[in-house]
Amino acid sequence: MSSKPSSEFPFSPPAPDSPANHNPDGTSLFLPRDDLNTLIGKLTADGYQVVGPRLEQEAIIYGEISGADDLPIGWTDLQEAGKYRLQPRGDQAFFGYTVGPHSWKKFLFPPVAVVATAERDGTGWKLDTPDAEPPKYAFLGVRACELAAIKVQDRVFLGGPYTDPIYQKRRNAAFIIAVNCTQAASTCFCTSMNTGPRCTAGFDLALTEISDGFLLEIGSAAGNAVASGLSLQPASDEQSGRGESARQQAVSQISKHMDTTDIRDLLMGNLQHPRWDDVANRCLSCTNCTMVCPTCFCSSVKDVSDLTGDHIDRERRWDSCFNMDFSYMNGAPVRNSIHSRYRQWMTHKLASWHDQFGSSGCVGCGRCITWCPTGIDLTEEVAAIRSSPSSGRSERPPISDAEVSAT
Amino acid sequence: MKGNSSNSGNPQQGQHSASAGTLAASPRSRPRPRLAVFKFASCDGCQLSLLDCEDELLAAAEAVEIAYFPEASSRMEPGPYDLALVEGSITTPHDAQRIQEVRRCSRFVVTIGACATAGGIQSLKNWAHHEDYLKWVYARPEFISTLATSTPIADHIRVDYELRGCPINRHQLLEVILAFVRGQRPKLATHSVCLDCKLKGTVCVEVAQGIPCLGPITHTGCGAICPTYDRGCYGCFGPAAQPNCRSLTDHCLQTGTSASTLLPLLRNFNGYAPEFREASNRVEALSAAAASVKEPIDE
Repeated sequence: MSSKPSSEFPFSPPAPDSPANHNPDGTSLFLPRDDLNTLIGKLTADGYQVVGPRLEQEAIIYGEISGADDLPIGWTDLQEAGKYRLQPRGDQAFFGYTVGPHSWKKFLFPPVAVVATAERDGTGWKLDTPDAEPPKYAFLGVRACELAAIKVQDRVFLGGPYTDPIYQKRRNAAFIIAVNCTQAASTCFCTSMNTGPRCTAGFDLALTEISDGFLLEIGSAAGNAVASGLSLQPASDEQSGRGESARQQAVSQISKHMDTTDIRDLLMGNLQHPRWDDVANRCLSCTNCTMVCPTCFCSSVKDVSDLTGDHIDRERRWDSCFNMDFSYMNGAPVRNSIHSRYRQWMTHKLASWHDQFGSSGCVGCGRCITWCPTGIDLTEEVAAIRSSPSSGRSERPPISDAEVSAT
Repeated sequence: MKGNSSNSGNPQQGQHSASAGTLAASPRSRPRPRLAVFKFASCDGCQLSLLDCEDELLAAAEAVEIAYFPEASSRMEPGPYDLALVEGSITTPHDAQRIQEVRRCSRFVVTIGACATAGGIQSLKNWAHHEDYLKWVYARPEFISTLATSTPIADHIRVDYELRGCPINRHQLLEVILAFVRGQRPKLATHSVCLDCKLKGTVCVEVAQGIPCLGPITHTGCGAICPTYDRGCYGCFGPAAQPNCRSLTDHCLQTGTSASTLLPLLRNFNGYAPEFREASNRVEALSAAAASVKEPIDE
């Protein structure tokens, strides 16, 4: 979003009256199908690196896009716990899939980044923070749950007293073209998390795909400027109706639900529930769920030196609470069992995130369910605990044998 | 790190402590630490990783004195050594003696590669009769003196650090050498290959293509090469920290991977590593049990 950061929260949605051509029901403008390419070309000409969905590695991933032909035209994804398969749709839809293995966080919060360098200088050190101009991204095809995820990461990286300059630069420069879902995967549960499937704020432009083109909404002044260069037409009632029923189709296809009632107290009051042992037997602690999660933000920092020891890069890499080393302190890992690591992840994501950031850490995209190699479904884990909660609340978590032996 | 302490009564202990200062101090002001490279039952690939350092090799040779490295130089100086890199597993009575000598003349022993840390591909004979193997391979097996098993170095002597991989990653090797030169403990990650796939943007081949992959239970180090080329990880770097082999193998068996596919995956270069060994033995037992239940029905 190119909106000016406010003092309280940097990416508040634009005031309702600011964008022109914005009809509150979002169905006033129509972009013909062939003009999607014009939009991509215009963004490229404006200096944006357009990134969006591509067919690669037997999946729909996010990568650089040079034109509409790069999009996964006519392809969809079938998803279930632990399984993802591509399938032809039998039509020419550009955005006829749900969400894949990648998320936009890889662009805003790069998997590997040099945060500082040190160069030996005589008897001392010359310290520096690399400050190369990051790419100016235009994200094409951001779904409602992903807008919510970006908002969550905004709070993490920009919301507190310490802001992350790497994230901030990329975020401030980014242009967001949202796409409303017209179908849902079996792993989607955005309606439970109140994050979708309708895109309501946090975008510069939003599209709803119908067979002959797109219904277009404008969400910011920057979006308005880009839209003004397109040959937009007023949408007919018939087109608007088709868009509405396409969006409704996504809502009606959502079959997965998570009851979030008092979820913080439910989980924190059941830290000794036997279900944690059950899930620990299935969990590989492989980090897949945290890596595909669009809100997980953990990283570790390591100094990497050359052989002479005269040049050092301080490198930040994505890390995960599922790694034993991640909780290594005072000679031993604090969370020395899969049991304790899974519990840490889920109670943070769904419970203590509320204490820390004022919202859930889960946006209901379902990636952690699809991309878990053994198909662990966090909604089922929550349901299992809810169905037979422990009697006591806020018990002290038990110390496992493994943890005792490590100390 | 691990292994038995059969060498605890080291007669040359005093000699070793005399050289202790060289490793802890800066290489600029003190004599360079003396490095030795020993080979046991192995293919030499891990030693070659040191020579493959190319760009860094000269700098490495400045940081340490390469005193004994028959693969690279005919100049072989006697011990004691500050750092011994040991490649290969123990498969003969002679090697079982020789590794004790290596321990006695070396201040630190670092094993390099799957053979030295897990017994290597040759540990397949641990599941077979080694006399049979001898007959298949050698025209005159009576000339061969060999042990019934191939075992990792740590089963024989105390090992200070184990560097994984078949072959090892040369960048990790340099990191380990430099850590010892600087008197630090090497700090290498122990997570699964999955994290490396994700850092690269590689899509999970197991989930997206149904390819059996050992990535979730395999130790990082290779940079996730195989999944990047659309094939499953086959465990070259051995077990990751606390691998849940039981869950992964159960899941593979339940989703259509046969035991005959899974067994050779687990019994590979690191097949004799305890976690993989236990997993493959369990898969084999499950498979045998399933067959014995099935047979009467078929009859």
